Amino acid sequence: MRLKINGEIKKNILAATLKELLEELGITPGRVAVEVNMQVIKKTDYASFRLYDGDVLEIVNFVGGG
Amino acid sequence: MEDMLIIKGIEFRSRLWVGTGKYKDFEQTARAIEASGADVVTVAVRRTNITDRKSSNLLDYIDPKKYKILPNTAGCYTVADALRYSRLAREAGVSDLIKLEVIGDEKTLFPDVIGLLEATGILAKEGFIVFPYTNDDPVMARRLADAGAAAVMPLAAPIGSGLGIRNPYNLKIILDTIKLPIIVDAGVGTASDVAIAMELGCDAVLLNTAIAGAKDPIAMAEAMKHAVLAGRLAYKAGRIPRKLYATASSPIEGIL
Repeated sequence: MRLKINGEIKKNILAATLKELLEELGITPGRVAVEVNMQVIKKTDYASFRLYDGDVLEIVNFVGGG
Repeated sequence: MEDMLIIKGIEFRSRLWVGTGKYKDFEQTARAIEASGADVVTVAVRRTNITDRKSSNLLDYIDPKKYKILPNTAGCYTVADALRYSRLAREAGVSDLIKLEVIGDEKTLFPDVIGLLEATGILAKEGFIVFPYTNDDPVMARRLADAGAAAVMPLAAPIGSGLGIRNPYNLKIILDTIKLPIIVDAGVGTASDVAIAMELGCDAVLLNTAIAGAKDPIAMAEAMKHAVLAGRLAYKAGRIPRKLYATASSPIEGIL
C-alpha cells in the first residue's frame, strides 16, 4: 500500500490500521496527533481505523515554540 | 496560596508563562524554564520526524505532569489552518488549552484580528480554552471576550522585537474595561518590561525570545521570575501618584 505521510510518498506499507502503521514507523502514539485525509483521528480509534491505498496522513508532535 | 491566578477553574502557580523556542538545545530549554519558575510552557505543533526514530522529543525534557503545556498555532495565516492546528494540538496533548495565533503579516507578525475573532468563537464553542494573541486594541479585546476567549493576550510589541511595552495606555484601558484575565504576550525585551506590565495590573506575562535570546538565558529566566513577582507586588501595594513638583520627605519643622 502507498501512503503519503508528512508530504512524503511511502511505498510498501504493510500496516492495515493506524495503530499498526505507527508501530511500523516506530512512533509512540502517546505524544503525536494524526490526521488522515484532513480528519483528526482520536487516539482511542487508532486500533480500529483502517488505512487505504492513497490516504494522506499528517503525523505531528510538539516542538519548541513561543 | 493567595494571589493565585485562576482561569476557567485552572490554578496557575506562576504569573510568568514561557515559550520553548529558539534555545540552543532541549537541555538549555529545560534549565531556563526551571529557573523561570513558570508552570505554563508554550509549544508549537509540527510534523514528526518519521525517518529518524532516535530524534529526541521536547516532552522528554519538559514533563507535562510538572508543567501546563500550552500549544500554539504559530505559523497559521488563515482561520482554517488555525482550527486545524488547534484540533491536532488537542489530540496530541492532554488539555483543551490553546494559544491562538492567526497571523496577518509576515514582517510584523501582527495578528489578523478578523480571522482571530472568528477562530476564537469557533474553538470556544468546541470546548477549547482559548488564549488569543491579539493587538493592544481595547475594542478587539472586548470582542474576543464576547466571543468566548478564556483570557485576552495583547502584544507588548512585535514578536521577538524586544521593544517592551509600546503602549501602556492602551493596555491600561484594556485592563480597565475587560473583566477577563489579561496576559501580555510578545515583545518583551528585559526584566523591567515585565515589571511594567505587571505594575499596570496585567495578570501574567508570556515571553520566549527575551529569555532564549539572552546571552545567559538561565540568568535572564531568573531575572524574569523576580520581575513578575516585583511588578505584581508593586501593583498590589499601590504606587504613589505622579506629580510634577517635589514633596519633601524630611520634616520642615526643626530646620535651623
